[in-house]
Amino acid sequence: MTKTAAPLGWRQRLNPARFLRGLGPEAGPVTLNRARIFILPTRQGLAYALVLFAILAGAVNYENSLAYALVFTLVGLGVVSILHTYRNLQGLVIRAGRPLPVFAGERALFPIGIVNPTRRRRYAVVLSLPGTAGSAVDLAAGENWVELSQAAPLRGRLFLGRFVVATRFPLGLLRAWSHIDLGMQCLVYPAPALLRGLPPTLSGSDGGDGDRGFGHEEFAALRPYRVGDTLSHVHWKAVAREQGMQTKQFSGEAAQELWLAWELLPGTAPELRLRRLCRWVLEADGAGLAYGLTLPDRRIEPAIGAAHRRVCLEALALFGESR
Amino acid sequence: MNLAEPPPSGRLWLLGALTAVTVPQLVRLPIALSTICVLLLGWRYGVELRGWRLPSRALRLLLTGCGALAVLFVYHTLFGRDAGLALLTVMLCLKLLELRTVRDAMVTAFLGYFLLAGGFLYGQSLWVGIYLLAMAWLLTTTLVALNHPAGNRKCAGIYLRQGGMLLLQALPLMALLFVLFPRIPGPLWGLPKDAFGGHTGLSNHMTLANITQLADSEAVAFRVQFDGPVPAANELYWRGPVFWVTDGRRWDPLAAGQRGEWYRRPPPYTAYGKPVRYTLTLEPDNEKWLFALDLPASAPPHVRVTEDFQLRLPQRAAQRRRFALSSYLHYRAEAITPRERSLALQLPPRANPRTRALARSWDKLSDAEIVQQALDYFRNNPFYYTRRPPPLGDNAIDDFLFTTRRGFCEHYAAAFTTLMRAAGIPARVVTGYQGGEVNPIGGYMIVRQSMAHAWSEVYLKGRGWVRVDPTAVIPPQRVESTEDLQRFRSTAPIIPLNVELAWLAHLRDGLDALNNAWNQWVLGYNNIRQQRLLQRLGLLRFGWSGAAAVLAAAFAAVLGLVALQILVRGETTKDPLLRLYRRVERRLERLGLVRNPYEGPQTFARRIATLRPDIAPALSTITDLYVALRYGHGGMTELTRFRQAALRFRPSRRTTDSYVS
Repeated sequence: MTKTAAPLGWRQRLNPARFLRGLGPEAGPVTLNRARIFILPTRQGLAYALVLFAILAGAVNYENSLAYALVFTLVGLGVVSILHTYRNLQGLVIRAGRPLPVFAGERALFPIGIVNPTRRRRYAVVLSLPGTAGSAVDLAAGENWVELSQAAPLRGRLFLGRFVVATRFPLGLLRAWSHIDLGMQCLVYPAPALLRGLPPTLSGSDGGDGDRGFGHEEFAALRPYRVGDTLSHVHWKAVAREQGMQTKQFSGEAAQELWLAWELLPGTAPELRLRRLCRWVLEADGAGLAYGLTLPDRRIEPAIGAAHRRVCLEALALFGESR
Repeated sequence: MNLAEPPPSGRLWLLGALTAVTVPQLVRLPIALSTICVLLLGWRYGVELRGWRLPSRALRLLLTGCGALAVLFVYHTLFGRDAGLALLTVMLCLKLLELRTVRDAMVTAFLGYFLLAGGFLYGQSLWVGIYLLAMAWLLTTTLVALNHPAGNRKCAGIYLRQGGMLLLQALPLMALLFVLFPRIPGPLWGLPKDAFGGHTGLSNHMTLANITQLADSEAVAFRVQFDGPVPAANELYWRGPVFWVTDGRRWDPLAAGQRGEWYRRPPPYTAYGKPVRYTLTLEPDNEKWLFALDLPASAPPHVRVTEDFQLRLPQRAAQRRRFALSSYLHYRAEAITPRERSLALQLPPRANPRTRALARSWDKLSDAEIVQQALDYFRNNPFYYTRRPPPLGDNAIDDFLFTTRRGFCEHYAAAFTTLMRAAGIPARVVTGYQGGEVNPIGGYMIVRQSMAHAWSEVYLKGRGWVRVDPTAVIPPQRVESTEDLQRFRSTAPIIPLNVELAWLAHLRDGLDALNNAWNQWVLGYNNIRQQRLLQRLGLLRFGWSGAAAVLAAAFAAVLGLVALQILVRGETTKDPLLRLYRRVERRLERLGLVRNPYEGPQTFARRIATLRPDIAPALSTITDLYVALRYGHGGMTELTRFRQAALRFRPSRRTTDSYVS
């Protein structure tokens, strides 16, 4: 977490691509300093310059001392505002947060930590992705979190890529910016298929609509506790007797292990299969069932709980990714 | 792109700032146009504060057209100083009804700066300078507010501070540019006719009525700095336009056809005593004449001395300018050409018969006796001094001399000159100013418009042209009102001021001294004075490119100081302990090791120890000493050790991967 990006060498500093696109992904927090912050006039800054020229021409023409004074004050303002705009970004430390996985079709939120190491508040700092406007935030002293959202249309890894930290504060005549790519990525699960219901293996008797019938009726056996088991199924008396954590198993559950298998969906396109499997994982998890998952290149033993669910969904998200 | 909507607080700031910038224009505009502007501003206030609706696009276009037409209707043009600024003011008020984006709003603020500059064409007093600073602050604050989207009304203090800070830091740069930026003598292109406004000084002719307006004005005509002692009050006759031609009522200078080559240079004269040397700073009056003590001995280059001792400028006085002059108070100007003599005797043949009859009755007397007779006539008959004289008929001089007998300097000068000409003595009317107040603080003399005066000059054989001031013979008890007594003061012995009013006079003197310094050093700073300054500083030795290099270097130096203040000093604290600890923290921040806001120094040191064992001992020493000093049991030895440790602390910049893995 506290690894830092290596300082830039001269060759990197002078690379013109940095100006337009920034460097490639970097690991660790990035401190904004004079090597990383660029600054150029905005359009309004150019309009300001134009107005200054007009006033100067008037001052010369009418030999008007106060018009001279005004135009020189405004020149001074413009120059000083370069320093202020730069200072508004100077010293900020940008670090990657950990984005939560999303389902394809949702928007991924990438948390980005900005540490303001000074007591001075930073105003109107804009974080944005290329092609988006972004919104301005004020940064108090210390750590601030900002989220960048990006559409996640496809399963797999979604890279945030390069984003821009920029500011026009205080006068809007100049824009200071820095391109940053922290190599942040967000896991995108397949979008669950709309078709509800669990695979036929389990049901037979139940007609697919897995409702309250499952796994609560008859006590069947005890097995050692696994992480993720429902706490209400823990055999607490055994715990009290210091026999270790044991989980009660009920009929239906122990008898048939639920396998959500790639092979159950023959003739379906691979992506659609993954979506169906994703739906099944969610349904089985929602029902509190123990389930296993098989993919052509992977097999996950049956289990229950949030951690198991995450393992399964991750496998689905990353299916086909060469290891 | 900045196409976001301007923040509401920013809009309010913009509205306020533009109102403040527009108000002086509104006062100058004709009532119809200022009413339009006030209505437009009011509409925007309604939108902001009462939730009124903005005009539609079509209505806006219509209003824009109407605004331009209104200006055209009032001024018959859209160009020139007055019409141009009127148009800008109206359009600015209209633009306020269309602030869709931050960009719109910012451009409107820029136009506010422009309008501010336009206002300087009407006056550049010290007050206008202070107003300039206030408005620059307000508009800059507005820009800050417009660029802070998260702003609300509570941020006003922040904006004002930020805007003020920017302005303060810009001022050294401004001062530098003001002094060193090469001043090009203007104008770059033809100025509009109304560039410098109507004149405020003396008129170029005299009908027996129009000095009165001047007499009411306390405006400064010019200021004078004497090199030596100030001449006596009764010698302070500031010579201006000379009038030769009369139709019985009205007096005019020589027409172009009457002025030959003879008129273009001063005649020979004999001077007595040493010349009085002084520097005169003329307020711009948009006229071509310059004033000098009677009699101007020397004139600066380009200023011409005419045959009747007027000083003529090559151009109309559009700027305040300084002139180095000298005068002889005692002289004998005997030269007179026959042509000049006939011009000085010209009278309309039929006008003012009684006046001519009176003059004829003095036939037997010598010229000097005739002058005395005429002055006695004024003194011994009930002539009164008043600024509100009764109207005069066709034979104005007759009416004045025999009927009304009430008037001011113009009446006396015109009547006296007429009498002299009728008696065969060449005479002419001289206008100008009489007197002057010495400002004890600035040590210079102020001559105000209220000191405008008219007197007579007669040509006496053996003595040449002699100044005669017929107004001066009226005894003070025949001055009608106390106001007039003030006015009359310039021709009579000075009446002491009320004691209670002394402090007020003192204040007025102080203000005028300040104003004078402002005029000399700020407003009067032009290419000539700049060149002189650069020369004195020895900067012109390397030519203008050398001066430009000096300007660039000085600019860089001042900017460097400002940058130091902004980028470094802004971070420091006065607490020496905290400063040293912050120094240590900064060294760590450079390595990406940042103390989180929730971490105390000790927690932070422990975390760093796990990440960078190599710097752990040094940091823990520093932290322990810091905590000890801060929370109570540290003495001088600890402080010394802490300072040494903090200053020596230089963690190496090495890749930390090896420790993490």
